[in-house]
Amino acid sequence: MALAEATVPRRRVATHAVERREKRVGRMVSRVLFIALLGGVTVVFLAPLVWLVSASLKTRSEVFSGGWLPDPVTWSNYVDVWRAAPLFSWLRNSVVVGLLGATAVTLSSAAVAFGFAYFRFKGRDALFGLVLATMMLPGAVTMIPIFLIWNGLGMVNTLVPLWAGNLFGSAFYVFLLRQFYLGVPRDLFDAARIDGANYLQMWWRVALPLTRTALIVVFVFEFKALWTDLLKPLIYLYDNALFTMPRGIKTLIDRFGQGGEMQWELVLAATTVLTVPLIVLFFFGQRYFIEGIATTGTKG
Amino acid sequence: MGALRTGTVASRPAVGRSGLRRAEARAGWSFIAPWVVGFLVFTAVPMVASLYLSFTEYDVLRPPRSVGFENYRELATDPRLRLALWNSFLYTALYVPLSVALALGLALMLDRVTRAAGFFRTAFYVPSLTPTVAVGALFLWVLNPSVGILNRALALVGVDGPGWTTDPAWIKPGLVVMSLWSLGGTIVILYAALRNVPRNLYEAARIEGASGWAEFRHVTFPMISGAVFFVLIVNTIASLQVFDEVYTMYFGQMDSGAGGSAALFYVVYLFRQAFEFLNMGYASAMAWLLFVVILVITLFQLRVSRSWVYYEGR
Repeated sequence: MALAEATVPRRRVATHAVERREKRVGRMVSRVLFIALLGGVTVVFLAPLVWLVSASLKTRSEVFSGGWLPDPVTWSNYVDVWRAAPLFSWLRNSVVVGLLGATAVTLSSAAVAFGFAYFRFKGRDALFGLVLATMMLPGAVTMIPIFLIWNGLGMVNTLVPLWAGNLFGSAFYVFLLRQFYLGVPRDLFDAARIDGANYLQMWWRVALPLTRTALIVVFVFEFKALWTDLLKPLIYLYDNALFTMPRGIKTLIDRFGQGGEMQWELVLAATTVLTVPLIVLFFFGQRYFIEGIATTGTKG
Repeated sequence: MGALRTGTVASRPAVGRSGLRRAEARAGWSFIAPWVVGFLVFTAVPMVASLYLSFTEYDVLRPPRSVGFENYRELATDPRLRLALWNSFLYTALYVPLSVALALGLALMLDRVTRAAGFFRTAFYVPSLTPTVAVGALFLWVLNPSVGILNRALALVGVDGPGWTTDPAWIKPGLVVMSLWSLGGTIVILYAALRNVPRNLYEAARIEGASGWAEFRHVTFPMISGAVFFVLIVNTIASLQVFDEVYTMYFGQMDSGAGGSAALFYVVYLFRQAFEFLNMGYASAMAWLLFVVILVITLFQLRVSRSWVYYEGR
């Protein structure tokens, strides 16, 4: 970071001592302003999350009136929401959908991306253009017919429609992973061929390990998307016990809202349970995550 | 890349070559087979079906009944649809320029951070990790007119904050504030683009005497304009389709009064038509209208971009 300033050659101009001092003061003022601004923005960004966790530990009256720290610290909200709603089932469903869906999309997109990156065959580039074109299509266009398909298969009110579509890859990830494969020297694959590997082994033993970072990015992206999704669970799930966490929290808000007395401390406890695991996951995969966004963003 | 490969293959006998070609094509097709099947089942067929349904009346219980252009005619006269379209446009027109400008400013700040860069990057990014339902639930509180932290913060500087969640005129600005909180993804993309600007360009600019604004205008911005354009398009498409947070905040088993109209966004209305009122035909027509709107806006942005986006080596 300091590199930019260090490598810029200072212009060797004779400056009066006074001017130099003024310049230094000016620099210090702008430095202080910069740090204040940076600190301010950081506080603004983190405040709602701090408030969320803090409020989830407050009593109901304190949620409405209290300050930043819960007094007394009320852990019982977590126990109460656990009793008021099948939170365990919701969590389990979210984890199942997230893991299955993210694994499915990672492997299938990697296979498809490898197909597009390594092999030459007629119509390949036109098909890849089609992959890119599908990214433009708003989900709303296919939403109803896809619902009718799952309905026809008797899969509505099961978790299957939430993740099984991922078995067929996803345009965005195919695009992303293909970029990574194109960066791998072709010689590496050819060497594996000469050593007697078949195509499947080339993919599994050479391509996948070489692009591990990208695979983690795809997995974490998709896990986040599935963990967060509200629309599909709204469309496909009717039974309370089958709900995922977002769908469950939405019913909590509706239920309490309808009954007149909003049990916000419980809603906020459930919301914390939904939010914190994702942030923890991010802290572990942070480097990959930000690199991944950077790659997709700038090479897009 | 392809040329290299042909070199090795060409040295083989002719018969083996075409055999290899065919084997390669077969293998290629098997690798992309999942996508081909998925495209047919989950994109191509649904698109045709959706187009067909848009000319019918369909409630899932009885078979679809053809109504010609009736749904499209209704689109033109439905005041709720006009409201939803207007709300989504207004929200997008407020959110997109603000989000890109703000994210660019914050990315420029991050680019200058010399110490604890990882901490600040994370701090800026973490809000965008918050699940959308959680954002909705959380911001009902942040924006709460009497006890929310936003109005309490405004009170500190002597401003009497508006009814972000209760006053119809302020509901959309409130939602924009909420979305701005989670612009971390945009910041990271622009930040990465900034890091990729060759540092020697800045040296050259400084030797020429450029500094501050001139440096930004002539060096920094042209170099990152591709990334700016990318986030502009992506944010536009996404905000026209915003659903989760708005639905969490303003729609329940009982419709809340003010939110029901000021927060009736396009996809929210579409979802309700399809899955609450079971007007699948009408909702399909709505989906195609959305598609056309997004297409037109994207093509327009592409066209305009030619005048300000700089592509290296092109």
